[in-house]
Amino acid sequence: MGEAMLPLEARALTVRFNGHTAIEDVSFSLDGAMPAVILGANGAGKSVLLRVLHGLIAPTSGSVTWSGANERPRAQAMVFQRPVLLRRPALANIEYALAVNGIGGAERTARAREALERVGLSHLAHRQARVLSGGEQQRLALARASALRPRVLFLDEPTSSLDPTASADVERIVGEIRAGGTAIVMTTHNLGLAKRVAGEILFLHAGRLVERAPAQSFFNHPRSPEAAAFLEGELPWSVSSPA
Amino acid sequence: MNDIGASLALALRLITGGDPSLWHVVLLSLEVSLAAAALACLLGLPLGALVAVERFPGRRAAIVTLNALLALPSVVVGLVVYLLLSRAGPLGSLGILFTPTAIVIAQAILVMPIVAALARQFVEDGWRDYEEQLRSFGVTPLRAIPTLLWDLRYALFTVVLAGFGRAASEVGAVMIVGGNIDGVTRVMTTAIALETSKGDLPLALGLGIVLLAIVLALNAVAYAIREWSAKHHG
Amino acid sequence: MERFLSRLSATWLAASFVAALLLATGAKAQDFITVASTTSTEQSGLFKHLLPEAKKALGFDVRVVAVGTGQALDMGRKGDADVVFVHDKVAEEIFLGEGFGVKRFEVMYNDFILVGPKSDPAQAKGKDVEAALKKIAAAQAPFASRADKSGTHAAELRYWKAAGIEQPKGAWYRETGSGMGPTLNTASGMNAYALTDRGTWLSFKNRGELVVLVEGDTKLFNQYGVMLVNPAKHPHVKKDMGQKFIDWILSPAGQSAVAAYKIDGEQLFFPNYKPGAA
Repeated sequence: MGEAMLPLEARALTVRFNGHTAIEDVSFSLDGAMPAVILGANGAGKSVLLRVLHGLIAPTSGSVTWSGANERPRAQAMVFQRPVLLRRPALANIEYALAVNGIGGAERTARAREALERVGLSHLAHRQARVLSGGEQQRLALARASALRPRVLFLDEPTSSLDPTASADVERIVGEIRAGGTAIVMTTHNLGLAKRVAGEILFLHAGRLVERAPAQSFFNHPRSPEAAAFLEGELPWSVSSPA
Repeated sequence: MNDIGASLALALRLITGGDPSLWHVVLLSLEVSLAAAALACLLGLPLGALVAVERFPGRRAAIVTLNALLALPSVVVGLVVYLLLSRAGPLGSLGILFTPTAIVIAQAILVMPIVAALARQFVEDGWRDYEEQLRSFGVTPLRAIPTLLWDLRYALFTVVLAGFGRAASEVGAVMIVGGNIDGVTRVMTTAIALETSKGDLPLALGLGIVLLAIVLALNAVAYAIREWSAKHHG
Repeated sequence: MERFLSRLSATWLAASFVAALLLATGAKAQDFITVASTTSTEQSGLFKHLLPEAKKALGFDVRVVAVGTGQALDMGRKGDADVVFVHDKVAEEIFLGEGFGVKRFEVMYNDFILVGPKSDPAQAKGKDVEAALKKIAAAQAPFASRADKSGTHAAELRYWKAAGIEQPKGAWYRETGSGMGPTLNTASGMNAYALTDRGTWLSFKNRGELVVLVEGDTKLFNQYGVMLVNPAKHPHVKKDMGQKFIDWILSPAGQSAVAAYKIDGEQLFFPNYKPGAA
């Protein structure tokens, strides 16, 4: 912790799977001062980009550097659209993530309890994680990620499978995590959420970074025709994307 | 067929009769088969998981070998174990030929590939679901093995049962390394083989039905436990 | 994490090792000897009758592994048995000659019989086994042979030879490559002739159409011998207990126990140990 991780820089990132280009020649730098939201239609490459930044997918070419270094720093976490919870109680799920990151003993339990408290799940600490509701599961995933005290938290469509109440809970918790000093990088389909959370927008179209702008100006005056069309609802983004 | 009806009636009498020598044979069958399945799982589960998650040179060859070992003739295993454990063999000084231990070893060798191959399948499927999440925590594939084995425990339970079933139904290797000694290494399957040899087909079939009933009961209990815990653990 | 992994795998291996060790020691010790004998003695039920009496007299367990005579002698050669109790004098003498046995004692005999379908297509019924085999070969009637190098198989081959047939061949001569019981099951299934020991026949239940066709020919007597496996070749042989078992079965008590075994009132084995004769 405390290590200088940011800025996070993407240089000429290109990712191809079996001849299909997912993202192409994407470059930008994030300093973490404002929450960054990646927008784009289905298949634009949002999730792939997030995974490349987090180190889950190696780019075909280009590089990701953290404060100029190629090493992937530990102090980052990701919450997935459908988080995988382990078949053990809620508290133990958080303790597991801490354990594999070398945090043991009393500190592990204390941090896990604190994280559960933050998302309002203390009363379910000993309930099996897999029997929790969808909203509770996503809150647990957020607690698990935040317990790692990441410098950067990646969120991939964190509310897309949740009802409005659960979405609001997630939004509030993300806000608190951000207030605690964690930089947020998020993809979403939910424009309302993007407007409320984003400091700046990275807009992807067909794998390319077409526009990057402060959130307010992006939503009010999109510069690129693709972004304008997207905001008009003319690009498909509610149909399921090809896997 | 008349014989089958007679065997069913005989099987019922055997089960309800409480003949102590029959129960000794039944208990020994269960003991050695459970021990063999446990031993095979101890080695086969981590091995199957390793092949499932880790990319190493020779992995394909390992998968093909594991699958091929499924077809290992039990008599060959019996013979190899016999030659190893024979007084004239390298492990002869242990003096465990013709003991239940020898049976457990032969059964475990037969069951291990089954456990490993099935575990590989389950863990590979599981790894597909868990990989991103675990790698996000910084978990290496090797470190993921115990996590996956524990998290997939209900699915892997089926693997353990399959291994037990294979061990309990084994006859060829058990006959060779156990010797079918009355009261010492006679298990259900070798008792059935002996009665068949004696031409007492109804008794042989009756014993077979007893074996089936026991395995069935065990599976039913195991299944119920599995269902119950799966429901409570999600 | 590396430490966690190495600790975990070490624990796991230790657990496997302890499990194996428990298994290995669980079966050890106890007083017993291992006797390699033939399927005919096991499947006829003789041992089930004899062993409890032996245990009562000797105070230790006698464990019988029943295989063909050839394999039983091989178990002795490998040192996997303390005593061999078989019925093929020629093979037994070779075993002795190789130094694997200490001394051979004749214990008892039973007799072989020729069984076949009631309809007897080869007209083999009679008092002379050689004449019967000649007729079977001439008629090419199905004959089930054990073909497993057992004592019974060796005897069968001797009778063929004596009948002037060096090596029976043809589709009618079916080699089952299995024990006496399975061979009788096969013979019963395809109405074939077969040579069997009387003991296995009497306790055999799946006879179908088969009946006894030739019996009582003195050539059909089948001598059993017992030998202690030579401790000079295999030092772990339990020579004291093994010798005690041999002494017991040759004693008046043991001999009368052999004579007392009957199926349906019929005596199967005839003790014939003659002190002083080898």
